[in-house]
Amino acid sequence: MTAVGLLQIAVYFLLLLLLTKPLGLFMARVFSGERTFLHPIVQPIERLIYRLSGVREDEEQHWTRYAASLLAFSLAGILFTYLIQRLQGILPFNPQGFGTAHAPTGATPVTPDLAFNNAASFPTNTNWQAYSGESTFSYFVQMAAFTVQNFCSAAAGIAIAIALVRGFARQQAKTVGNFWVDMTRSVLYILLPLSVVGALVLCSQGVIQNLKHYDVVKTLEGATQTIAQGPVASQEAIKMIGTNGAGFFGANSAHPFENPTPISNFIQMLMIFLIPAGLTYTFGKMVNDTRQGWAIFAACSIMFLAGVFIAYPAEQAGNPLVARQGVAVAASDTQPGGNMEGKELRFGIAGSALFAVITTDASCGAVNSMHDSFTPLGGLVPLFNIETGEVIFGGTGAGLYGILLYAILAVFIAGLMVGRTPEYLGKKIEGKEVKMAMLALIATAASILCFSGVTSVIHFDWDKSQYLNPASGAPKPAPTASAPATANLGNGGPHGFSEILYAYSSATGNNGSAFGGLSPNTPWYNLTTGFAMLIGRFLFLLPLLAAAGSLASKKKIATTSGTFPTHGPLFVGLLVGTVIIVGALTFFPALSLGPLVEHFLMQSGQLFSMIGFWS
Amino acid sequence: MWSQLAPAFRITLVLTVLTGLVYPGAVTVLCQLLLPRQANGSLVSRNGHEVGSSLLAQSFANAAYFHPRASAANYDAAASAATNLGPTSQKLLDRVKADAVKFRQDNPAFTGPIPSDAITTSASGLDPHISPAFADSQLPRIASARHITVDQARSILAAHTESRQLGFLGEPRVNVLEANLDLDRQFPGK
Repeated sequence: MTAVGLLQIAVYFLLLLLLTKPLGLFMARVFSGERTFLHPIVQPIERLIYRLSGVREDEEQHWTRYAASLLAFSLAGILFTYLIQRLQGILPFNPQGFGTAHAPTGATPVTPDLAFNNAASFPTNTNWQAYSGESTFSYFVQMAAFTVQNFCSAAAGIAIAIALVRGFARQQAKTVGNFWVDMTRSVLYILLPLSVVGALVLCSQGVIQNLKHYDVVKTLEGATQTIAQGPVASQEAIKMIGTNGAGFFGANSAHPFENPTPISNFIQMLMIFLIPAGLTYTFGKMVNDTRQGWAIFAACSIMFLAGVFIAYPAEQAGNPLVARQGVAVAASDTQPGGNMEGKELRFGIAGSALFAVITTDASCGAVNSMHDSFTPLGGLVPLFNIETGEVIFGGTGAGLYGILLYAILAVFIAGLMVGRTPEYLGKKIEGKEVKMAMLALIATAASILCFSGVTSVIHFDWDKSQYLNPASGAPKPAPTASAPATANLGNGGPHGFSEILYAYSSATGNNGSAFGGLSPNTPWYNLTTGFAMLIGRFLFLLPLLAAAGSLASKKKIATTSGTFPTHGPLFVGLLVGTVIIVGALTFFPALSLGPLVEHFLMQSGQLFSMIGFWS
Repeated sequence: MWSQLAPAFRITLVLTVLTGLVYPGAVTVLCQLLLPRQANGSLVSRNGHEVGSSLLAQSFANAAYFHPRASAANYDAAASAATNLGPTSQKLLDRVKADAVKFRQDNPAFTGPIPSDAITTSASGLDPHISPAFADSQLPRIASARHITVDQARSILAAHTESRQLGFLGEPRVNVLEANLDLDRQFPGK
């Protein structure tokens, strides 16, 4: 670790801390229906949207109706996203002439399974990329399908978090708010203004924003270089602010047109945590005890910094097998040292490791370096962050409702230890809430582990494999009796298993980053990861909304000397412990087969060839 | 859920127009008006012809130029890509070994550990920068190819070495395309 690297981390954290209260306060006002400085401009648009959509602003919804609205909204998003992709050939803003079944030379066809994968991906805030944008999708798809769902899925996440907070804040109430109003306000007052500012700032650093044909230039050595273009800045801004994470380009935030400078990198990292951190304050404000929000903030900060201080030293220490070839490991003022495979020089080790931790603490999934090429321990941190449910500040809204789920478990465990009925924020935590919290955790863990397990061992008949999971790469393999799903890995040995585990963790956790060596654009991976995304989103948040409804209907009970305070260091410690222990108990066996064993094998000099059957 | 479908489709349509067309459209207009160079890809011209983007690597094999980092995308700016090779990959180690040997052959005067960016591929395959140490190691080759002194070549390197932004963000770096354009401008004899 270097001094400037540490300084970057310190300045980042300090700025985040400073921004949390003002933004959190602003969001609390928006969701409480109070006037803000944006109302004179935005409120007429808000009213117009309600009128056009047939939404009654003053209508309150029972949790079941709130959930139904959310499901209907997601269904609409899925259908819109699917249709726009499949129809891109006849839609405008398509200067490269991308089609669906018949893609131009070098482009990727938008098959039904790929379109389904993206249609599951964007409305669930996953933004997994089985495609490379610059060679697959028109500007219209990127704008009218992907950018739109970046807004919608993030706004839906915020709305659910606010509904859960209302569950704690209200008492003996039948309703938890109005989904349409919460979602619309998230878009208009929070996401859109931040995105406009963010897009302009990013463009000033060099992020492109145009609708023109790809440029073709003649390089200094006389070669021809085609330069992809597009409306990137507008998508980049909401991609970070909404913790969506799907890059306009295949290389995501590592691409110089998405993330051109160290300053743009720093801003993008801030954009990821901005709303999730602010929401911890919003939560405290809405339950009338800001200390509760800061306790959540503190627990997140501890886990965030712990991840940074595992991943950053691991990446700076580099790969001993590479170092043995006479390659520098120590950083100096003239070169970065460390593990630079799959990293951009302008970000260096610190800017890459910090980004990797932030993007997986949150359910963002944008990457500015290739996690697949991280050292085993450096790659373990993103993987573990995703598997614990992305609750370390987490996704926009999703992070807050995730960590509140753990808070329910934490007070439940504390209640078991002292033999009292657990309480949180004056609400008795009873069988129903704990069951709902467990259901959410078990559904997601089962999705990750079952899909990873099956994909690790399944073999297809040769003929079926040519459709279901054709092996990537060249040369094409000779026909055999059967072909495994592991044929599409990019690495052999335990690292290959890590690629599978990461894929289903990322899909289920609605993160969207990848160990990119895996070639996931086959029907097998497109369908299974698509279903994992739907499970991870809806089987997580429906139980939570049920808990919100149940909590809202309860009376608040008075604080007594026997009440376990949930704003002090003891609770913070307990909350951190719950997240780590639940995550470790669930995933330790899988992690020990992947990154942990790879770490020791790397130290002992063991190497692996690709296990695909063509090499 | 079914009673909610009508508002769901209507609001999705409205938001598609607002956030999918109006928002990117407005940002495009603003960026094209206020920041036309950046918005169009920071393209670089020489003698009236576009030769590349200062943000994107392009292939340089000629001994008289600074060479960029190796590219998994083969410098194709319409198909960004990384190797995604893991730390225990035989393929990665084979490549690193071969590149290390080649690096020592290309730069016989170079001693000490090889700069880490010189032997690894970037995340995008389009990394426009190299480290000052990697650039420095290439000076004797460039100087001899252009029949200039190493110090003359070093003056180009010095002029194109960018320090960390705000003093603490990122890494010191050299933009390969800009440095090479400057080499051609100041020392055209190659």
